[in-house]
Amino acid sequence: MNQNIIVFLTSFLFGAGLEISQMNNPNKVYGFLNLTREWDPSLAFVMIGAIALTSSAFHWIKIKRIKRGLPPIMGTKFMLPIRQDIDWRLLSGGAIFGIGWGLGGFCPGPAVSGLFRNQSELYIVALSMFVGMFIYALVDKFILSNETNAC
Amino acid sequence: MTIVHFTPLQALIGGLVIGMAATLLFALRGQIFGISGFFGGLLHLKKGDTLWRISSIAGLILGAYVMHLIFNTPAQFETVSTTRLIIAGLLVGFGTRLGSGCTSGHGVCGLSRLSARSLVATLTFMAAGFLTVYLFPAN
Repeated sequence: MNQNIIVFLTSFLFGAGLEISQMNNPNKVYGFLNLTREWDPSLAFVMIGAIALTSSAFHWIKIKRIKRGLPPIMGTKFMLPIRQDIDWRLLSGGAIFGIGWGLGGFCPGPAVSGLFRNQSELYIVALSMFVGMFIYALVDKFILSNETNAC
Repeated sequence: MTIVHFTPLQALIGGLVIGMAATLLFALRGQIFGISGFFGGLLHLKKGDTLWRISSIAGLILGAYVMHLIFNTPAQFETVSTTRLIIAGLLVGFGTRLGSGCTSGHGVCGLSRLSARSLVATLTFMAAGFLTVYLFPAN
């Protein structure tokens, strides 16, 4: 099967899951993060459902294919992250993302999958997110990569 | 703390569907479902590396739209102020790229792979999210 079709279909499922679980709704996300006042635990259940299935499946795929040296069913090779180190980028990136997540109630998936609503606020979030990614690309290219070379 | 607006069944079912998506992408294409990475790669155009990312955006929007039609979810969302949304979006974009992942790549897939990096990232963005809402409540 064409790789773009695989990505399209799995993304379709992912977007469907976000809408079913109401995670596209920033108020549900805000409700989860509003732990000390009025708490909506739904997001934790989304994570539990997703991780229960994915962790078992990943484990099985590892045994049945990766350990036997087999490629993915319709792809050429498994693309697994190789980095193991916990550095300042991981920590500060996580913290910056978490602050933005708390301020608006959107993470990257819902910032885009809700766009069918054709609501101006949602376009603003998605556009700002892409601008933030672009700023990162510039900072990484002109500032951070020099710092790495210097070390 | 009081518990409000809790929708455990929808959350679990939606979570399972998200898990199915992550499972299928890994089994079929060998790829981790990391949405911030999918989007971020659109900004440095490389030949043969763009169409699949656009397919992902189309799938995410269409999948959500079909569920919206079936389950009659809200047509519009209440959001915070425009200024706050812009700051939020900028930080989410910048932070997920700097930290190499978001709720999907680190949260769902990383934890499922038992990755220590992803566990640390997930705990960090969750803690930052809780603290941000505690310090700056929306209303």
